[in-house]
Amino acid sequence: MATREVIKFLSNPNIGGQRAKYCRFRKFGIKHIDYKDPDFLEQFVNDQGKLLPRRITGNSLKYQRRVATAVKRARHLALLPYVTDLLK
Amino acid sequence: MRNYEVTFIVDPTLSNDEIKSAAKKYVDMIKKDGKIIHIDEMGSRQLAYPIKRRNTGIYYSVEFEVDNGVIIDPMELAMRRDEALLRFLTVKLDKYGVKYNEDKRAGKIGKVVKKKKKVEEDNSHQRRKKKKKKKPAQPPQQQGQKQQAAPAKAASPKEAPAKKEEAPKKDAPANDAGTPPTS
Repeated sequence: MATREVIKFLSNPNIGGQRAKYCRFRKFGIKHIDYKDPDFLEQFVNDQGKLLPRRITGNSLKYQRRVATAVKRARHLALLPYVTDLLK
Repeated sequence: MRNYEVTFIVDPTLSNDEIKSAAKKYVDMIKKDGKIIHIDEMGSRQLAYPIKRRNTGIYYSVEFEVDNGVIIDPMELAMRRDEALLRFLTVKLDKYGVKYNEDKRAGKIGKVVKKKKKVEEDNSHQRRKKKKKKKPAQPPQQQGQKQQAAPAKAASPKEAPAKKEEAPKKDAPANDAGTPPTS
């Protein structure tokens, strides 16, 4: 007899569950995004050097905009590439 | 008074003196009208893409305070005309930017700290995952080699029997009491 208590353990409840996204700038109180820190900005960019969308990074709109400007500034200063393959 | 920050890349093929004089030229220009807060010599860096056929550049970043950007136009004009510079970027700093630079100079923000924060977060998730996986994975091997399935699968049967033992016990007293609710 499979009671409800047994069934509860037959499947791992953590499988397939999505971890809640959050804005790291809000969560950790980061107010300023440095354009001179390419290692940090690389987290918001894909392998081709394109900006990652908000739905993946989880940034709030305000900080997504600031990330975008910071990445663009870094590109201008040749800290990040405009176009590449295999950035990471 | 406003805070600005100008970052520029000097041609690395010049001699050391020329590089220093190129940087000093703009520092002096700023000093005339404004106040220099900090000069950050970031040194030679690999460029992400070639500029004027150069693959490296010498980075300077100067933070300064000026009345409403009086000197910025003439400074940028001079920079545009300067052959020794590969790139430049002038940015207005808001109060958070000023504080960020202060903290960075005080060593509160340094790259290492930032990385650690991020790495710790990422690792903490990974570690938790690993721990969860490792713990169930090890005991089955000690008990016997019957179950060589994935650790996640191994976890559920291991916990399930324990609950199964408890479940009948709970049912039994309920039946004994003479009040079977749903069965």
